[in-house]
Amino acid sequence: MSILAWPIYVSFLGMLVLLLGNGMRSATARRVALGTMLLAALLTFVGAARYDASGGWAEVARVPWIPQFGIEYHLAVDGISICLLLLTAIASVVGVLFSWNIEHRTRGFYAFYLALIGGVYGVFLSRDLFLLLVFYEIAIVPKYFLIAIWGSTRKEYGAMKLVLYSFVGSALSLAGIVAILAMGWRQLGAPTMDLGVLGNVNWPHGFQLWVFPLMFIGFAFLAGLWPFHSWAPTGHVAAPTAMSMLLAGVVMKLGAYGALRTGVALFPEGLVAWQGTLVTLGVVGILYGALVALVQQDFKFVIGFSSVSHMGFVIIGLLTLNRYGLSGSVLQMFSHGVLAGLLFGVVGRMVYDRTHTRQLGDLEQMQLNKYLPFAAGTFVVAGVAAMGLPGFSGFVAELSILTGAWSAFPGVAILAGVGIVLGVAYTLRAMRRAFFTDPPAGASEGGGHELPPITIQEKVGALILLLASVVVGLYPRILLDYIMPSVDGLLATMAKGGAL
Amino acid sequence: MNGFPVITLLTLLPVVAGVALLLGRPAGATARRFAVGAAFLVLLGALGMWIGFTPGDGAMAYVERHAWVPALGVDYFVGVDGIGLLLVVLAAILTPMSLLSGSLPKDRPTLYYALVLFLEAGLIGTFTALNFFHWFIFWELSLIPAFFLVKLWGGAQRDAAATQFFVYTMVGSIAMLLAFLALFLATGTFDFLALARQGQDGKLPEALAKVVGWSGLSGKTLAMLAFTGVFLGFAVKVPCMPFHTWLPDTYATAPTPVTMLLTGAMSKMGVYGFVRILLPIFPDQLRAALPVLTVLAIATILLASWSAFAQVDLKRMLAYSSINHLGYCLLGIFLVVKLNPAVGDPAASRAAIMNGVVLQMFNHGLTAATFFCLLGMLEERSGGLRSMGDFGGLRKVVPIYAGLLGITAFASLGLPGLNGFVGEFLIFRGAFGISPWAAVVAAPGLLITAIFLLTFYQRVFLGPLEPRWAKLPDMTVNERWLVAPALVLMLVLGVMPQLVLGVINPAVTQLVEAVSR
Repeated sequence: MSILAWPIYVSFLGMLVLLLGNGMRSATARRVALGTMLLAALLTFVGAARYDASGGWAEVARVPWIPQFGIEYHLAVDGISICLLLLTAIASVVGVLFSWNIEHRTRGFYAFYLALIGGVYGVFLSRDLFLLLVFYEIAIVPKYFLIAIWGSTRKEYGAMKLVLYSFVGSALSLAGIVAILAMGWRQLGAPTMDLGVLGNVNWPHGFQLWVFPLMFIGFAFLAGLWPFHSWAPTGHVAAPTAMSMLLAGVVMKLGAYGALRTGVALFPEGLVAWQGTLVTLGVVGILYGALVALVQQDFKFVIGFSSVSHMGFVIIGLLTLNRYGLSGSVLQMFSHGVLAGLLFGVVGRMVYDRTHTRQLGDLEQMQLNKYLPFAAGTFVVAGVAAMGLPGFSGFVAELSILTGAWSAFPGVAILAGVGIVLGVAYTLRAMRRAFFTDPPAGASEGGGHELPPITIQEKVGALILLLASVVVGLYPRILLDYIMPSVDGLLATMAKGGAL
Repeated sequence: MNGFPVITLLTLLPVVAGVALLLGRPAGATARRFAVGAAFLVLLGALGMWIGFTPGDGAMAYVERHAWVPALGVDYFVGVDGIGLLLVVLAAILTPMSLLSGSLPKDRPTLYYALVLFLEAGLIGTFTALNFFHWFIFWELSLIPAFFLVKLWGGAQRDAAATQFFVYTMVGSIAMLLAFLALFLATGTFDFLALARQGQDGKLPEALAKVVGWSGLSGKTLAMLAFTGVFLGFAVKVPCMPFHTWLPDTYATAPTPVTMLLTGAMSKMGVYGFVRILLPIFPDQLRAALPVLTVLAIATILLASWSAFAQVDLKRMLAYSSINHLGYCLLGIFLVVKLNPAVGDPAASRAAIMNGVVLQMFNHGLTAATFFCLLGMLEERSGGLRSMGDFGGLRKVVPIYAGLLGITAFASLGLPGLNGFVGEFLIFRGAFGISPWAAVVAAPGLLITAIFLLTFYQRVFLGPLEPRWAKLPDMTVNERWLVAPALVLMLVLGVMPQLVLGVINPAVTQLVEAVSR
């Protein structure tokens, strides 16, 4: 399975090539980036195909690093990691395609992009707690520059806010890690940061009560946990399209993944104690995100807040402590990753880059279903999928999460159902106003006019994401066969401690 | 067990045809011919299924079953009994009729035809699915073509009507989804037949109580809540009052060929849901809620026909009339579970009422669709006018049209000898046997329907002729051929209902026995 370590190295190698290629033309930079991401994706798919779901954890790489603290360069995968690695592979390739039109300092853009992806791959592969945080932090830095230099609305502010929130979150996690190191050393007699070993430790109850929220909330900052979510809409709107895609699609999942691996997996008793509080925050996030999306005038803000709402589903799934909720949560991470990418692709790349406005009031006048039919059609399908309509990945994920919620906290299931209906409402509203409003009677041609056609890169990118959602929606086993055995294994480990 | 996948092919055929249209983008007239061709193929397939079907003991036929997502209790499980097959045939008949009615849509005709084909696939999928997961896919997905057909080609207020229709139905669907997820947790399956067995054995309340730990609610209450969720989903679709308010706007504003499909087939999705899903799985809960539900059904019958009487817009009048006609179906479905009925032989009454319900589904679908089809012809010739006050004395200029529309109107009001009579008769015959007072209170609905239909006929076709209609052209040869099959069926099924009864009776009897234990 060591092949799976290579996406990390390939990404950073690509980044080096771009950094050192002084005088490289934009066209070359794009091709280097695309080639690198395709290679990394290929390696990921090969590794995923080789992975044996019934075998549980598979080692990828293990090298001692800082033995004094039990820190190793330790990479390993289980079904959940594979699922998210596949998401990264798909999203990273499409992100390059959606940013094909960037002309300003293209080389630098893609260098930061590849560094970000390298960090993301690293997080999903890390089996050492410290290493996970290191990759996590590596992923934060490029985000700042990508938004601040290539972004749009209030880019410096958006970048700063996003990065500050991320740093605060990771500071909380770092504090937690130090505590875990110390307590683990005491419990085991030797220092270790191996997540597998740490998962088996019988942590004292009192310890769990304060370390769990530290770890969970610290990572959940980046997952958009309400009320620590406000960086997300601002940041996503400020970011250039490919970045919005990756931020909402993949980076928010880093937060959820971290919360799962370091909070949920290690401290089940802590989770049980904090379940009520956190699930309330989660469901508030679902409803709040949806309600705010319903009143936005900026198209991109609608999608930004809808991401907060969808991530709320991921969070409540993580808190259910049963196999349906947990697998649904992982599936939703994949599904939303793909669909958010698609939605931002339409709003940012297809529409905004051509119309130079994101205000629904302006877009209403432009008859976009006539002048950008591909964008309209893609948004319809993506919107419908994001609503959770069956036949797409979002439905299976939500179905699983809601089933799990019924078992764990039934009232939340009903509130989440309300959230789904609100999702229908805000998606329809945005879709109608942006694409399907007719010019007022009497206006001869409306305000619309010819717009540059949708490029082949945009079409291919959109189709890849759409295909991913449809395939998983119609044949969920393609991912569930990875996820469910790993979830069962995780729950078994957590149950050994007697918490469940 | 898995024979030739007829149902899968029949469901996929319109999808493939629709996608071909979207990709090939032929010109309008060619697109129409292609779509009609595909729809005729589906019709042939459905008729083939009908001819090859042996009613037997009411078991499912043409079954296909494959594992799909075992971890979530999901199988690809399709099949039809007589009831499902009848509705598949209905959808197969109405789609080509709808495609051929009216002139070419001016705006993006290819997309229009593709959407109609997708809608047909959604209908067939819903009538043949036996596992909730895949049933729900078709149930929800059929909303999308319907939404766009109304929104993009509808008349005034189409935007609001389409959105209202979509959101309203979604709310019902989410309630239903939540209920089914709870059922899945309790029983481990989404299979309708397995859930029906559990429901009929009375096992649901305790199964639910075990897994849905919710502030000490008893199993019975939980089962009632699940029932309510599923009920809401179907009540919005039929519709059952008071969840009907989306319908008149949507039917009136949709282009008439689309309204044909909405009233003819899509509303039957809701009634079929009651028959296939709600009734078999929740007979005890239905029984417990019977008083309330009977009142709702009667209200639907009476208030809808009264509202129809008050309408001036002919399409709105027919829209309310649809609600009224399906109200009889609802009454029948609810009364079936009543234990210890008042008079007569309970088994015979129940069989009669349920046979009546299924027949009424088919007959109303056919009649209402034909009615709208003919109305559409008038609307086109008059340049969009469709108010009762606009017309008068038309019998003098368009006698053939007046005659054919007259037959349809009489079928709709239930004149003996035409198809509409049989279903309503059986329902009332059964209802009198089970709950005489309900039958008595609901009966005026028939009278009001007769009154408004006759009033409509008199005001439009009899009386003085306005000069502006003096040159109104009568039905063309094509138009006559279009409605002829439907009219023939109305006559044939009016005198020989056993053609259909023979096919549906075994399934109906089996269903009725299962839910009235």
